[in-house]
Amino acid sequence: MITEDELLYLDHAATTPLRREALEAMWPWLTARFANPSSPHGLGREARAALEAAREELARGLGCRAGELIFTSGGTEADNLAIKGIALGVERPPAARRLIISPFEHPAVEGACDYLCRHHGYRLERLAVDRNGLIDLDDLARRLALPAALCSVILGHNEIGTLQPIERISAIARAHGVALHVDAVQAAGWEAIDVERLGIAALSLSGHKLGAGRGIGALFLRRGVPLEPLLHGGHQERGRRGGTEQLPGVIALARAFTLARAEAERHGERVAALRDAFIRGVLEGCPGARLTGDAERRLPHHASFLFPGTHGEAVLLALEARGVICSSGSACKAGEDEPSPALLALGVSRQEAQTAVRFCFDIDIDQPQVDRAVRAVVEAVAQVRGLGGR
Amino acid sequence: MPTGIVALPPTRNTSTPMSSAPIYLDYAATTPVDPRVAQAMARHLGLDGTFANPASRSHMLGWLAEQAVEGARRQVADLLNADPREIVWTSGATEADNLALIGYMRANRARGRHLITSTIEHKAVIDTAHALENEGFEVSWLKPSADGRIRPEALEAAMRPDTILVSLMAVNNELGTVNDLEALGNIAHRHGAVFHVDAAQAAGKLALDLERLPIDLLSLSAHKIYGPKGIGALYVRRDTRIEPLIHGGGHERGMRSGTLATHQIVGMGEAFALAELERGDDMQRIAELRTRLLEGLGELEGARLSVPEGHGMANILSIGFDGVDGQALVMALRRLALSTGSACNSASVAPSYVLTELGVPTERALATLRISLGRFSTATEIDTAIEDIREALDKLRTDSRAQSA
Ligand SMILES: Cc1ncc(COP(=O)(O)O)c(C=O)c1O
Ligand SMILES: Cc1ncc(COP(=O)(O)O)c(C=O)c1O
Repeated sequence: MITEDELLYLDHAATTPLRREALEAMWPWLTARFANPSSPHGLGREARAALEAAREELARGLGCRAGELIFTSGGTEADNLAIKGIALGVERPPAARRLIISPFEHPAVEGACDYLCRHHGYRLERLAVDRNGLIDLDDLARRLALPAALCSVILGHNEIGTLQPIERISAIARAHGVALHVDAVQAAGWEAIDVERLGIAALSLSGHKLGAGRGIGALFLRRGVPLEPLLHGGHQERGRRGGTEQLPGVIALARAFTLARAEAERHGERVAALRDAFIRGVLEGCPGARLTGDAERRLPHHASFLFPGTHGEAVLLALEARGVICSSGSACKAGEDEPSPALLALGVSRQEAQTAVRFCFDIDIDQPQVDRAVRAVVEAVAQVRGLGGR
Repeated sequence: MPTGIVALPPTRNTSTPMSSAPIYLDYAATTPVDPRVAQAMARHLGLDGTFANPASRSHMLGWLAEQAVEGARRQVADLLNADPREIVWTSGATEADNLALIGYMRANRARGRHLITSTIEHKAVIDTAHALENEGFEVSWLKPSADGRIRPEALEAAMRPDTILVSLMAVNNELGTVNDLEALGNIAHRHGAVFHVDAAQAAGKLALDLERLPIDLLSLSAHKIYGPKGIGALYVRRDTRIEPLIHGGGHERGMRSGTLATHQIVGMGEAFALAELERGDDMQRIAELRTRLLEGLGELEGARLSVPEGHGMANILSIGFDGVDGQALVMALRRLALSTGSACNSASVAPSYVLTELGVPTERALATLRISLGRFSTATEIDTAIEDIREALDKLRTDSRAQSA
């Protein structure tokens, strides 16, 4: 019997625990200093000042101006606000109602695009990608040469870990004058992002992927990009997002982001090296196993595999029995057994897609944990195959 | 990351001496989180708690988080006598209002394009209704009567064959006035329209029995009832169809996507459960404090209630003063944390649109105080507030007399 202390949680792409420093920073604003930042009195002004200080802190981390940040309830809302808000921010002729996205965007981006197609006459086009999930830049340039409302690309992929060459994608989008939205929910914290230098129009973040807790996120929106709000009412976020601000969450987000960036600067390479060791160990110990996504251009904490001859869910259970918690794909799609569209887009067969398992570390991963994880995976896969696999 | 329970700073600020600490009279803008709510939230914020993603059903920790979310859903449903499956989590009442109006109108546009609301709704409803106008829907705007309420006859007269939605608030956030939800809802239903109620200021204070009341959609917020900011819910009566506002993974039965904020939801559930237990005591104590406040302020020179007594909630008092400069009055009341309009539209010095709609002249509207009381208000605080307001008025009047002399 595994006790809770012995659990090795390797599902940090699904959600990662709130950091202690973020909790300590937010706690006073959840309790004693509870005023509404919109209240005109001293307590309200104090809350407003804390809100704006946190906005400044996050803006420094992203290389943007404070006024270019809009706080949201999470990554899903940020993605929806970016896609619908930018598309509907100006009146567009029918020919320009095109949305260009990768074939493996998060359901939040897919869902927002689908809404625009159903209700506003937009057409959705998905970019070609190679077997490792890298976007075909020629295809991108061809599609952006025609009028389009928006291009949206996931920076670091939640299921396959691939990191897109965002500088080059952004350069192409800029050359054609198409607004680029980047879903950086998985990459934020891990990767250095300078939105000013990248010249992108918008970028989404989510708190619970970087240690700030759930229910808070942010959208960077470049100044001057017209936006149709998603949530109307009130003047909050300069009229771009109504609703009483969740000050504790905002403070946690700014703090956690700053700390995550500092740690990734110092330990990111160590984590990537441990990840590579993990990948090697798994591929050597599990004959026939394959890495999904790009081996080099990938999130430093992310390893994802196909284990032919198994079923991903069965491997998960066998791993859980050994105290290793991971995931068979995206945790964002509420409990379904459909093969992952991301894997299908890489040319993986439907049957093989059902054998996917994903592991995501946090910054404190160490060699003994990696060794233990490799042993558990090798045993679990052998056990499932021994039972007759799928 | 280290495991173990995080040692948390105290929930209340005890370091400031009472005399200089501001007196909080702005409970309608937001309430402090009840320490019991904070405790429940703390359990879900640390590594010791349940941190996994509610949607990743496959593993144990996810399952625990999901249990906590569903427990809270039941707590909220219980307060309303609703079915837990009728509760959709949102980021607050603003989102709930947007989801109700936009979601319902978009999903049912084939049946009609007309919406009825009022001119004294919260901005979350008013601005959303304007956005719907821009989208091609038609909106009729009801005006309040002098008592700050919407007359059922006014609604009856505005109903049209193509009216599909009526949206009216339960309790006005600036006046505390209470609408007759039963009469209004019955009219909407008789004409085949759905009834949405913004209950951000009412939930936990007013009995709301959705088994009995003719309400189909109802917006809730946690931070008006001793829960955290940034979490709310929309009650959606079964078989009421809405188009989601936030699309994605299909959480909340497809009505609202996004990873659920477990600690926030647990906080809201706990706050609603406490409200169910303590509503009686809270409201009785607050009613006594209001009487004390009214006795003290009512006798001051030039004092005028924005709406007559008798139709409102005890926790909100809107009182204006003739013959003083509003800005100067507010400046003189530095020790009192109160609002002059709604906190949600107090960034500018324009008179509150709610007071303007009631026909309150601009000058008095600017010199109107919204005093709102709550669970932690005390008689001593009320006495100090009366004293401060009396002194401020005396001083302002003496100064202005000296100036004009
Ligand atoms: C790439 C990506 N985008 C968006 C989201 C949605 O963010 P949230 O969980 O904060 O709604 C997620 C995760 O769920 C994600 O992995
Ligand atoms: C009547 C009313 N509706 C809606 C809201 C908005 O609620 P929230 O702050 O949760 O978005 C408020 C308060 O701000 C309110 O008083």
